[in-house]
Amino acid sequence: MKDMDVDVLVVGAGPAGSMTARHAALNGARTLMIEKRQEIGSPVRCGEGIARAWLDELGIKPDKKWISHQVSGARIVSPAGHVVTLTEKMAGNEVGYVIERDNFDRALAGDAASAGADIMVKTSAVDVLRKDGRIAGVKAKHMGESFDINAKVVCGADGFESQLGRWAGIDTSLAPTDINVCYEYTLRHIDIDPRFNDFYVGSCAPGGYIWVFIKGPDSANVGIGVQLSKIKATQRGAAKQYLDAFIAKHPNLAKGTAIREVAGAVSCCQPLDSVTADGIMLVGDAARQIDPLTGGGVANSCRAGKIAGEVAARAIEAGDFSKSFFQAYEKGWRARFEDQMYRNWMAKEKLVTLSDETFDKACEVLASAELEVVNTIEILRLIQRKYPELVKEFEDMLT
Amino acid sequence: MPKKPVIDRALCLHCGACVGSCPENAMTLNEVWIEFLDSCTACGTCARACPGGAIHMEGSK
Repeated sequence: MKDMDVDVLVVGAGPAGSMTARHAALNGARTLMIEKRQEIGSPVRCGEGIARAWLDELGIKPDKKWISHQVSGARIVSPAGHVVTLTEKMAGNEVGYVIERDNFDRALAGDAASAGADIMVKTSAVDVLRKDGRIAGVKAKHMGESFDINAKVVCGADGFESQLGRWAGIDTSLAPTDINVCYEYTLRHIDIDPRFNDFYVGSCAPGGYIWVFIKGPDSANVGIGVQLSKIKATQRGAAKQYLDAFIAKHPNLAKGTAIREVAGAVSCCQPLDSVTADGIMLVGDAARQIDPLTGGGVANSCRAGKIAGEVAARAIEAGDFSKSFFQAYEKGWRARFEDQMYRNWMAKEKLVTLSDETFDKACEVLASAELEVVNTIEILRLIQRKYPELVKEFEDMLT
Repeated sequence: MPKKPVIDRALCLHCGACVGSCPENAMTLNEVWIEFLDSCTACGTCARACPGGAIHMEGSK
Protein backbone atom coordinates (compact mmCIF):
# COMPACT_ATOMS: atom_id res chain seq x y z
CA MET A 1 0.00 0.00 0.00
CA LYS A 2 1.17 3.53 -0.78
CA ASP A 3 1.29 6.10 1.99
CA MET A 4 -1.74 8.39 2.06
CA ASP A 5 -2.35 12.08 2.77
CA VAL A 6 -5.68 13.41 4.04
CA ASP A 7 -7.00 16.44 5.89
CA VAL A 8 -8.99 14.58 8.53
CA LEU A 9 -8.44 10.95 9.55
CA VAL A 10 -11.12 9.29 11.67
CA VAL A 11 -10.15 6.03 13.40
CA GLY A 12 -13.15 3.82 14.12
CA ALA A 13 -16.47 3.64 12.24
CA GLY A 14 -18.96 3.51 15.11
CA PRO A 15 -21.53 6.30 15.58
CA ALA A 16 -18.91 8.75 16.91
CA GLY A 17 -16.55 8.15 14.00
CA SER A 18 -19.21 8.24 11.30
CA MET A 19 -20.75 11.47 12.60
CA THR A 20 -17.28 13.04 12.80
CA ALA A 21 -16.42 11.92 9.26
CA ARG A 22 -19.77 13.04 7.88
CA HIS A 23 -19.52 16.56 9.29
CA ALA A 24 -15.84 16.98 8.46
CA ALA A 25 -16.61 16.01 4.85
CA LEU A 26 -19.78 18.13 4.67
CA ASN A 27 -17.68 21.12 5.67
CA GLY A 28 -15.17 20.57 2.91
CA ALA A 29 -12.34 18.55 4.51
CA ARG A 30 -10.77 15.64 2.61
CA THR A 31 -11.78 12.94 5.06
CA LEU A 32 -10.84 9.28 5.50
CA MET A 33 -12.40 6.96 8.08
CA ILE A 34 -10.72 3.62 8.85
CA GLU A 35 -12.31 0.64 10.61
CA LYS A 36 -10.37 -2.39 11.84
CA ARG A 37 -13.22 -4.87 11.42
CA GLN A 38 -14.13 -6.14 8.00
CA GLU A 39 -17.77 -5.16 8.48
CA ILE A 40 -18.91 -1.87 9.97
CA GLY A 41 -21.34 -2.39 12.86
CA SER A 42 -20.42 -6.00 13.49
CA PRO A 43 -20.09 -7.62 15.96
CA VAL A 44 -22.66 -5.62 17.92
CA ARG A 45 -21.58 -4.56 21.41
CA CYS A 46 -24.67 -2.76 22.64
CA GLY A 47 -27.97 -3.14 24.49
CA GLU A 48 -29.56 -1.26 21.56
CA GLY A 49 -31.99 0.86 23.59
CA ILE A 50 -31.87 4.54 22.60
CA ALA A 51 -33.94 7.63 23.31
CA ARG A 52 -35.83 9.12 20.42
CA ALA A 53 -35.76 12.90 20.86
CA TRP A 54 -32.09 13.58 20.04
CA LEU A 55 -32.14 12.07 16.55
CA ASP A 56 -33.86 15.16 15.07
CA GLU A 57 -31.37 17.45 16.77
CA LEU A 58 -28.58 15.78 14.78
CA GLY A 59 -30.32 15.29 11.45
CA ILE A 60 -30.53 11.50 11.78
CA LYS A 61 -33.75 10.34 10.11
CA PRO A 62 -35.41 7.35 11.82
CA ASP A 63 -35.33 4.47 9.33
CA LYS A 64 -37.11 1.11 9.34
CA LYS A 65 -33.82 -0.49 8.39
CA TRP A 66 -32.44 0.07 11.89
CA ILE A 67 -35.51 0.42 14.10
CA SER A 68 -36.29 -2.95 15.59
CA HIS A 69 -39.07 -1.89 17.96
CA GLN A 70 -40.66 1.14 19.57
CA VAL A 71 -41.61 1.17 23.25
CA SER A 72 -43.99 3.53 25.03
CA GLY A 73 -42.25 3.44 28.39
CA ALA A 74 -39.77 1.87 30.76
CA ARG A 75 -40.11 0.02 34.04
CA ILE A 76 -37.71 -0.21 36.95
CA VAL A 77 -38.10 -3.46 38.88
CA SER A 78 -36.79 -3.79 42.46
CA PRO A 79 -35.40 -7.05 43.90
CA ALA A 80 -38.74 -7.88 45.60
CA GLY A 81 -40.66 -7.02 42.44
CA HIS A 82 -41.94 -3.48 43.04
CA VAL A 83 -42.42 -1.95 39.60
CA VAL A 84 -41.98 1.75 38.84
CA THR A 85 -43.46 2.60 35.44
CA LEU A 86 -42.07 5.54 33.50
CA THR A 87 -43.94 6.73 30.46
CA GLU A 88 -41.97 8.42 27.74
CA LYS A 89 -43.37 11.82 28.70
CA MET A 90 -42.46 11.38 32.36
CA ALA A 91 -38.93 10.33 31.56
CA GLY A 92 -38.31 13.39 29.39
CA ASN A 93 -38.26 11.34 26.19
CA GLU A 94 -35.56 9.10 27.61
CA VAL A 95 -37.16 5.97 26.21
CA GLY A 96 -37.97 5.22 22.64
CA TYR A 97 -36.42 2.89 20.14
CA VAL A 98 -34.71 -0.46 20.34
CA ILE A 99 -32.47 -0.51 17.30
CA GLU A 100 -30.53 -2.92 15.11
CA ARG A 101 -27.16 -1.46 15.99
CA ASP A 102 -25.25 -3.08 13.11
CA ASN A 103 -27.70 -1.57 10.60
CA PHE A 104 -27.63 1.76 12.46
CA ASP A 105 -23.83 1.95 12.30
CA ARG A 106 -23.81 1.07 8.61
CA ALA A 107 -26.47 3.73 7.92
CA LEU A 108 -24.39 6.41 9.64
CA ALA A 109 -21.24 5.28 7.83
CA GLY A 110 -23.22 5.43 4.60
CA ASP A 111 -24.26 9.01 5.39
CA ALA A 112 -20.59 9.87 5.94
CA ALA A 113 -19.73 8.34 2.56
CA SER A 114 -22.59 10.24 0.88
CA ALA A 115 -21.17 13.44 2.37
CA GLY A 116 -17.90 12.68 0.59
CA ALA A 117 -15.82 10.84 3.21
CA ASP A 118 -13.70 7.89 2.10
CA ILE A 119 -13.88 4.69 4.14
CA MET A 120 -11.44 1.78 4.46
CA VAL A 121 -12.49 -1.35 6.35
CA LYS A 122 -10.21 -4.07 7.71
CA THR A 123 -7.70 -1.29 8.33
CA SER A 124 -6.14 -0.89 11.78
CA ALA A 125 -4.18 1.97 13.32
CA VAL A 126 -1.12 0.42 14.99
CA ASP A 127 0.64 3.59 16.17
CA VAL A 128 0.49 7.37 15.83
CA LEU A 129 2.74 9.48 13.60
CA ARG A 130 4.24 12.67 15.04
CA LYS A 131 5.44 15.81 13.28
CA ASP A 132 6.59 19.07 14.87
CA GLY A 133 5.43 17.83 18.27
CA ARG A 134 1.87 17.06 17.21
CA ILE A 135 -0.01 13.94 16.18
CA ALA A 136 0.10 13.93 12.37
CA GLY A 137 -1.49 10.65 11.32
CA VAL A 138 -1.24 6.93 12.06
CA LYS A 139 0.76 3.90 11.04
CA ALA A 140 -1.89 1.66 9.51
CA LYS A 141 -2.25 -1.95 8.48
CA HIS A 142 -4.56 -3.30 5.81
CA MET A 143 -4.59 -6.99 4.83
CA GLY A 144 -1.13 -7.45 6.35
CA GLU A 145 0.41 -4.46 4.55
CA SER A 146 1.80 -1.53 6.54
CA PHE A 147 1.59 2.08 5.39
CA ASP A 148 1.39 5.60 6.78
CA ILE A 149 -1.70 7.78 6.71
CA ASN A 150 -0.60 11.40 7.11
CA ALA A 151 -3.35 13.66 8.43
CA LYS A 152 -3.64 17.23 9.58
CA VAL A 153 -6.29 16.27 12.15
CA VAL A 154 -6.74 12.80 13.67
CA CYS A 155 -10.03 11.92 15.38
CA GLY A 156 -9.82 8.92 17.70
CA ALA A 157 -13.21 7.22 17.74
CA ASP A 158 -11.70 3.83 18.59
CA GLY A 159 -14.12 2.83 21.29
CA PHE A 160 -13.89 1.53 24.85
CA GLU A 161 -10.57 -0.20 24.10
CA SER A 162 -9.16 3.05 22.66
CA GLN A 163 -5.44 3.12 22.01
CA LEU A 164 -5.14 6.46 20.20
CA GLY A 165 -5.70 8.58 23.29
CA ARG A 166 -3.10 6.65 25.27
CA TRP A 167 -0.58 6.83 22.41
CA ALA A 168 -1.18 10.59 22.18
CA GLY A 169 -0.61 11.05 25.91
CA ILE A 170 -4.23 11.87 26.80
CA ASP A 171 -5.19 10.32 30.13
CA THR A 172 -8.24 8.16 29.47
CA SER A 173 -7.49 5.56 32.15
CA LEU A 174 -10.44 4.30 34.16
CA ALA A 175 -10.82 3.25 37.79
CA PRO A 176 -12.42 -0.20 38.30
CA THR A 177 -15.36 1.63 39.94
CA ASP A 178 -15.90 3.44 36.61
CA ILE A 179 -16.04 0.33 34.40
CA ASN A 180 -19.08 -1.90 33.89
CA VAL A 181 -18.58 -5.20 32.11
CA CYS A 182 -21.52 -6.45 30.09
CA TYR A 183 -23.03 -9.61 28.66
CA GLU A 184 -26.22 -9.97 26.67
CA TYR A 185 -28.39 -12.50 24.88
CA THR A 186 -30.83 -11.71 22.14
CA LEU A 187 -33.62 -14.09 23.08
CA ARG A 188 -36.51 -15.31 20.96
CA HIS A 189 -39.65 -17.25 21.90
CA ILE A 190 -40.00 -15.45 25.25
CA ASP A 191 -43.03 -13.93 27.03
CA ILE A 192 -42.71 -10.16 27.45
CA ASP A 193 -44.77 -6.97 27.54
CA PRO A 194 -43.82 -5.27 24.27
CA ARG A 195 -44.82 -1.84 25.60
CA PHE A 196 -41.96 -1.52 28.07
CA ASN A 197 -38.19 -1.79 28.33
CA ASP A 198 -37.37 -3.15 31.80
CA PHE A 199 -34.49 -2.39 34.16
CA TYR A 200 -33.86 -4.77 37.09
CA VAL A 201 -31.83 -3.19 39.90
CA GLY A 202 -30.16 -4.60 43.02
CA SER A 203 -27.88 -7.53 43.77
CA CYS A 204 -28.90 -9.36 40.58
CA ALA A 205 -26.35 -7.04 38.92
CA PRO A 206 -23.87 -5.62 41.48
CA GLY A 207 -23.14 -1.99 40.69
CA GLY A 208 -25.17 -2.12 37.48
CA TYR A 209 -28.50 -3.43 36.23
CA ILE A 210 -30.11 -6.08 34.06
CA TRP A 211 -32.00 -4.85 31.01
CA VAL A 212 -34.78 -6.41 28.97
CA PHE A 213 -35.03 -4.32 25.81
CA ILE A 214 -37.86 -5.39 23.51
CA LYS A 215 -36.97 -6.30 19.93
CA GLY A 216 -40.29 -7.77 18.85
CA PRO A 217 -43.44 -9.59 20.03
CA ASP A 218 -41.47 -12.57 21.39
CA SER A 219 -37.94 -11.17 21.35
CA ALA A 220 -35.69 -9.03 23.55
CA ASN A 221 -32.10 -8.18 24.36
CA VAL A 222 -31.59 -9.47 27.89
CA GLY A 223 -28.31 -8.14 29.21
CA ILE A 224 -26.33 -7.13 32.24
CA GLY A 225 -23.72 -4.61 33.36
CA VAL A 226 -21.66 -5.35 36.49
CA GLN A 227 -19.24 -2.91 38.12
CA LEU A 228 -15.69 -4.23 37.69
CA SER A 229 -14.74 -3.30 41.25
CA LYS A 230 -17.49 -5.59 42.57
CA ILE A 231 -16.08 -8.66 40.79
CA LYS A 232 -13.78 -10.86 42.89
CA ALA A 233 -10.47 -12.16 41.54
CA THR A 234 -11.78 -15.72 41.86
CA GLN A 235 -14.93 -15.07 39.78
CA ARG A 236 -14.59 -16.05 36.13
CA GLY A 237 -17.11 -14.67 33.68
CA ALA A 238 -19.01 -12.86 36.43
CA ALA A 239 -21.24 -10.90 34.06
CA LYS A 240 -22.40 -14.02 32.22
CA GLN A 241 -22.88 -15.94 35.49
CA TYR A 242 -25.09 -13.26 37.06
CA LEU A 243 -27.11 -13.00 33.85
CA ASP A 244 -27.57 -16.77 33.55
CA ALA A 245 -28.72 -16.94 37.19
CA PHE A 246 -31.26 -14.16 36.57
CA ILE A 247 -32.67 -15.78 33.45
CA ALA A 248 -32.94 -19.16 35.20
CA LYS A 249 -35.15 -17.52 37.85
CA HIS A 250 -37.51 -16.00 35.25
CA PRO A 251 -39.47 -18.76 33.46
CA ASN A 252 -40.83 -16.28 30.90
CA LEU A 253 -37.23 -15.70 29.74
CA ALA A 254 -35.76 -19.12 30.51
CA LYS A 255 -38.18 -20.71 28.00
CA GLY A 256 -36.53 -18.79 25.17
CA THR A 257 -33.54 -19.45 23.00
CA ALA A 258 -30.58 -17.17 22.23
CA ILE A 259 -29.97 -16.13 18.64
CA ARG A 260 -27.01 -13.92 19.60
CA GLU A 261 -24.49 -13.45 22.41
CA VAL A 262 -22.93 -10.05 22.98
CA ALA A 263 -20.09 -9.01 25.29
CA GLY A 264 -18.45 -5.69 26.01
CA ALA A 265 -17.71 -3.03 28.57
CA VAL A 266 -18.59 0.61 29.15
CA SER A 267 -17.03 3.49 31.05
CA CYS A 268 -19.20 5.08 33.76
CA CYS A 269 -16.90 7.92 34.73
CA GLN A 270 -16.96 11.67 35.24
CA PRO A 271 -16.24 13.82 32.20
CA LEU A 272 -12.49 13.73 31.46
CA ASP A 273 -10.44 16.90 31.98
CA SER A 274 -9.23 16.85 28.39
CA VAL A 275 -9.96 14.78 25.30
CA THR A 276 -7.71 16.69 22.90
CA ALA A 277 -3.99 17.16 22.22
CA ASP A 278 -2.09 18.83 19.40
CA GLY A 279 -3.33 17.20 16.20
CA ILE A 280 -5.90 14.92 17.80
CA MET A 281 -9.45 14.89 19.21
CA LEU A 282 -11.06 11.90 20.92
CA VAL A 283 -14.76 11.20 20.35
CA GLY A 284 -17.39 8.87 21.83
CA ASP A 285 -16.42 5.91 24.02
CA ALA A 286 -12.75 6.70 23.39
CA ALA A 287 -13.39 10.10 25.04
CA ARG A 288 -15.37 8.39 27.84
CA GLN A 289 -18.49 10.35 26.84
CA ILE A 290 -20.90 7.59 27.90
CA ASP A 291 -23.78 8.44 30.25
CA PRO A 292 -22.41 7.03 33.54
CA LEU A 293 -25.86 6.24 34.94
CA THR A 294 -27.41 4.30 32.06
CA GLY A 295 -24.26 3.21 30.21
CA GLY A 296 -25.83 4.59 27.03
CA GLY A 297 -23.32 6.08 24.64
CA VAL A 298 -24.86 6.40 21.18
CA ALA A 299 -26.52 9.80 21.66
CA ASN A 300 -23.52 11.52 23.25
CA SER A 301 -21.19 9.94 20.68
CA CYS A 302 -23.27 11.34 17.83
CA ARG A 303 -23.51 14.78 19.47
CA ALA A 304 -19.76 14.92 20.06
CA GLY A 305 -19.01 13.54 16.60
CA LYS A 306 -20.95 16.30 14.86
CA ILE A 307 -19.09 18.97 16.82
CA ALA A 308 -15.69 17.30 16.32
CA GLY A 309 -16.28 17.00 12.57
CA GLU A 310 -17.23 20.67 12.26
CA VAL A 311 -14.25 21.80 14.33
CA ALA A 312 -11.89 19.53 12.35
CA ALA A 313 -13.05 21.12 9.08
CA ARG A 314 -12.61 24.61 10.54
CA ALA A 315 -9.10 23.66 11.70
CA ILE A 316 -8.24 22.67 8.11
CA GLU A 317 -9.51 26.02 6.82
CA ALA A 318 -7.57 27.89 9.49
CA GLY A 319 -4.44 25.77 9.06
CA ASP A 320 -4.34 25.38 12.86
CA PHE A 321 -4.26 21.85 14.29
CA SER A 322 -3.29 22.78 17.82
CA LYS A 323 -4.91 21.71 21.05
CA SER A 324 -5.87 25.34 21.64
CA PHE A 325 -7.83 25.40 18.36
CA PHE A 326 -9.61 22.21 19.45
CA GLN A 327 -10.96 24.01 22.52
CA ALA A 328 -13.93 24.82 20.30
CA TYR A 329 -14.72 21.08 20.35
CA GLU A 330 -14.10 20.79 24.10
CA LYS A 331 -16.41 23.75 24.73
CA GLY A 332 -19.06 22.40 22.37
CA TRP A 333 -19.45 18.92 23.80
CA ARG A 334 -19.13 20.14 27.38
CA ALA A 335 -21.86 22.76 26.85
CA ARG A 336 -24.12 20.03 25.44
CA PHE A 337 -23.77 17.24 28.02
CA GLU A 338 -20.95 17.64 30.54
CA ASP A 339 -23.25 18.76 33.39
CA GLN A 340 -25.62 15.88 32.83
CA MET A 341 -22.72 13.43 32.77
CA TYR A 342 -21.44 14.78 36.06
CA ARG A 343 -24.88 14.70 37.72
CA ASN A 344 -25.51 11.17 36.51
CA TRP A 345 -22.08 10.07 37.72
CA MET A 346 -22.93 11.43 41.19
CA ALA A 347 -26.25 9.57 41.10
CA LYS A 348 -24.49 6.36 40.02
CA GLU A 349 -21.96 6.69 42.84
CA LYS A 350 -24.89 6.74 45.31
CA LEU A 351 -26.95 4.03 43.64
CA VAL A 352 -24.12 1.47 43.63
CA THR A 353 -24.04 1.68 47.45
CA LEU A 354 -27.74 0.84 47.96
CA SER A 355 -28.90 -2.47 49.43
CA ASP A 356 -31.71 -4.58 47.98
CA GLU A 357 -33.86 -3.51 50.94
CA THR A 358 -33.34 0.15 50.08
CA PHE A 359 -34.16 -0.40 46.41
CA ASP A 360 -37.33 -2.21 47.49
CA LYS A 361 -38.48 0.58 49.80
CA ALA A 362 -37.73 3.30 47.26
CA CYS A 363 -39.47 1.46 44.41
CA GLU A 364 -42.44 0.63 46.64
CA VAL A 365 -42.99 4.35 47.34
CA LEU A 366 -42.56 5.38 43.72
CA ALA A 367 -44.73 2.54 42.40
CA SER A 368 -47.72 3.88 44.32
CA ALA A 369 -47.04 7.57 43.58
CA GLU A 370 -48.62 9.32 40.61
CA LEU A 371 -45.47 10.75 39.09
CA GLU A 372 -46.01 13.54 36.60
CA VAL A 373 -42.42 13.99 35.54
CA VAL A 374 -39.29 12.23 36.65
CA ASN A 375 -37.32 14.70 38.67
CA THR A 376 -34.62 13.56 41.08
CA ILE A 377 -35.54 16.07 43.79
CA GLU A 378 -39.23 15.20 43.62
CA ILE A 379 -38.42 11.49 43.81
CA LEU A 380 -36.21 12.00 46.86
CA ARG A 381 -38.93 14.08 48.61
CA LEU A 382 -41.54 11.38 47.98
CA ILE A 383 -39.28 8.74 49.48
CA GLN A 384 -38.36 11.04 52.34
CA ARG A 385 -42.00 11.26 53.43
CA LYS A 386 -42.24 7.53 54.08
CA TYR A 387 -38.63 6.51 54.73
CA PRO A 388 -36.72 9.60 55.90
CA GLU A 389 -33.72 7.45 56.90
CA LEU A 390 -33.26 6.30 53.28
CA VAL A 391 -32.87 9.82 52.00
CA LYS A 392 -30.28 10.75 54.65
CA GLU A 393 -27.49 9.66 52.31
CA PHE A 394 -28.88 11.94 49.60
CA GLU A 395 -29.48 15.00 51.73
CA ASP A 396 -26.75 16.94 49.97
CA MET A 397 -28.73 16.56 46.75
CA LEU A 398 -31.83 18.10 48.36
CA THR A 399 -30.13 21.29 49.50
CA MET B 1 7.47 -15.08 38.22
CA PRO B 2 3.97 -13.59 38.26
CA LYS B 3 1.36 -15.85 36.72
CA LYS B 4 0.48 -14.66 33.24
CA PRO B 5 -3.04 -14.28 31.86
CA VAL B 6 -4.14 -16.92 29.35
CA ILE B 7 -6.98 -16.53 26.85
CA ASP B 8 -9.24 -19.46 26.01
CA ARG B 9 -9.79 -18.61 22.36
CA ALA B 10 -12.87 -20.79 22.18
CA LEU B 11 -14.61 -18.52 24.74
CA CYS B 12 -13.31 -15.12 23.54
CA LEU B 13 -15.87 -12.88 21.78
CA HIS B 14 -13.21 -10.24 20.88
CA CYS B 15 -15.25 -7.59 22.69
CA GLY B 16 -12.31 -5.61 24.10
CA ALA B 17 -13.62 -5.39 27.69
CA CYS B 18 -10.23 -6.64 28.92
CA VAL B 19 -8.28 -4.22 26.72
CA GLY B 20 -10.08 -1.10 27.95
CA SER B 21 -9.88 -2.30 31.56
CA CYS B 22 -6.13 -3.04 31.49
CA PRO B 23 -4.46 -0.51 33.83
CA GLU B 24 -1.07 -0.93 32.11
CA ASN B 25 -2.29 -0.54 28.51
CA ALA B 26 -0.57 -3.86 27.93
CA MET B 27 -3.24 -5.38 25.66
CA THR B 28 -4.50 -4.65 22.17
CA LEU B 29 -7.63 -5.70 20.30
CA ASN B 30 -6.73 -6.36 16.71
CA GLU B 31 -9.21 -7.20 13.99
CA VAL B 32 -10.39 -10.35 15.71
CA TRP B 33 -7.78 -11.28 18.26
CA ILE B 34 -6.41 -10.03 21.57
CA GLU B 35 -2.68 -9.60 22.17
CA PHE B 36 -0.69 -9.15 25.37
CA LEU B 37 2.34 -6.85 25.28
CA ASP B 38 5.57 -7.31 27.26
CA SER B 39 4.46 -4.57 29.66
CA CYS B 40 1.83 -6.92 31.20
CA THR B 41 2.32 -7.06 34.99
CA ALA B 42 -0.03 -10.03 35.44
CA CYS B 43 -2.30 -7.97 37.73
CA GLY B 44 -5.33 -10.08 36.83
CA THR B 45 -7.71 -7.21 35.94
CA CYS B 46 -8.35 -8.65 32.48
CA ALA B 47 -9.40 -11.99 33.96
CA ARG B 48 -11.89 -10.25 36.26
CA ALA B 49 -13.15 -8.00 33.49
CA CYS B 50 -13.76 -10.68 30.86
CA PRO B 51 -17.59 -10.86 30.70
CA GLY B 52 -17.60 -14.43 29.40
CA GLY B 53 -14.81 -15.95 31.49
CA ALA B 54 -12.36 -16.46 28.62
CA ILE B 55 -9.26 -15.28 30.54
CA HIS B 56 -7.63 -16.99 33.53
CA MET B 57 -4.29 -16.59 35.26
CA GLU B 58 -1.72 -19.29 34.55
CA GLY B 59 -2.00 -22.14 37.04
CA SER B 60 -5.46 -21.16 38.33
CA LYS B 61 -8.70 -22.70 37.11
